[in-house]
Amino acid sequence: MNEQNGFEERLREARGRHGLDRAAQEQGSGASGLPGGSMGLGLRAGIEVVSALIAGVALGWVLDRWLGTFPWLLLLGFVLGAAAGILNVYRLFAPRRGIH
Amino acid sequence: MAAEGSSIDALGQFELVPVFGRIGASVGFTQSSAHMLLVVGLITLLLMAGIGARAVIPGRLQALTESLYEFIQDMVVSQVGEEGKRYFPFVFTLFMFILFGNLIGLFPFAFTFTSHIAVTFALAAIVFVLITVVALRLHGLKFFGYFFPEGAPLWLAPIIIPVEIVSYLSRPVSLSIRLFANMVAGHVMLQVFASFIVMLGGLGLIGKIVAVGPLALNVVLIGFEILVGFLQAYVFAILTSIYLHDAVHLH
Repeated sequence: MNEQNGFEERLREARGRHGLDRAAQEQGSGASGLPGGSMGLGLRAGIEVVSALIAGVALGWVLDRWLGTFPWLLLLGFVLGAAAGILNVYRLFAPRRGIH
Repeated sequence: MAAEGSSIDALGQFELVPVFGRIGASVGFTQSSAHMLLVVGLITLLLMAGIGARAVIPGRLQALTESLYEFIQDMVVSQVGEEGKRYFPFVFTLFMFILFGNLIGLFPFAFTFTSHIAVTFALAAIVFVLITVVALRLHGLKFFGYFFPEGAPLWLAPIIIPVEIVSYLSRPVSLSIRLFANMVAGHVMLQVFASFIVMLGGLGLIGKIVAVGPLALNVVLIGFEILVGFLQAYVFAILTSIYLHDAVHLH
């Protein structure tokens, strides 16, 4: 066991000497630990909006078919989906709510 | 297959074809299912061979297996916390399946099953059902308080609750679309530039010289696709852990 601890110690020293650990820390950018980069962030935001719209519209459409109120719940679902999309994008940029 | 005549068939590569003759056709066993089985076999082989030696100083295979294992374990523990270890096998399985699916699709004649929304949505739906069941089992009916943040004025409830529900339902959709769109986009680009090579190659000497351009681009794209394949498997796994964190702690 002692031998292994010594190994970990030397490994850490060697990594520090070559600046490997610091690079790993910088790479884990973004509040949530997801890879950063403006292009990736933009794509993520777009996908969040589109998927919230899909979820809202699908929910409205299914409820419409069930209740026979064709266009109304679908339109409501579209509005809710848009709102949820904006909420998703806000959550993307807002700091994560931590462990209370 | 790539460029018949002068048209570019960029989407033909995603067509499902039954394999294994008549038996495969009658049960709908496509090349997609075959590649899934292949991937499962490859992962099993890698892990079995990797941990077979159990050396203190790991060989190459063991080092690869151990670093994959520790990579996901560190991620799950840092995102979910100590109690997240219970969900590590699930996240590890998902990660390996998607990673191998993305990477195996880059080989010639291979098929990328992660480029089908049916596959990615099925994976995302499993995650969605799991996080909902975990939240319900750990917190019971308090889970529904998740849809109404504490401290918000009560008269806003008719607006906040539907929006939060739609936002919650959009999780599997965004999870599946992200993976599917990335894989489709990459393979369509590869196909389009590969078609350019063939089409330019048919235009005599000058065409053959110009065709070096798309060929070089495709070499770069393959490297980029390896990165994207790894990154998307990572993103899928880390988003699963973030959702698990929400389910376990329920803020």
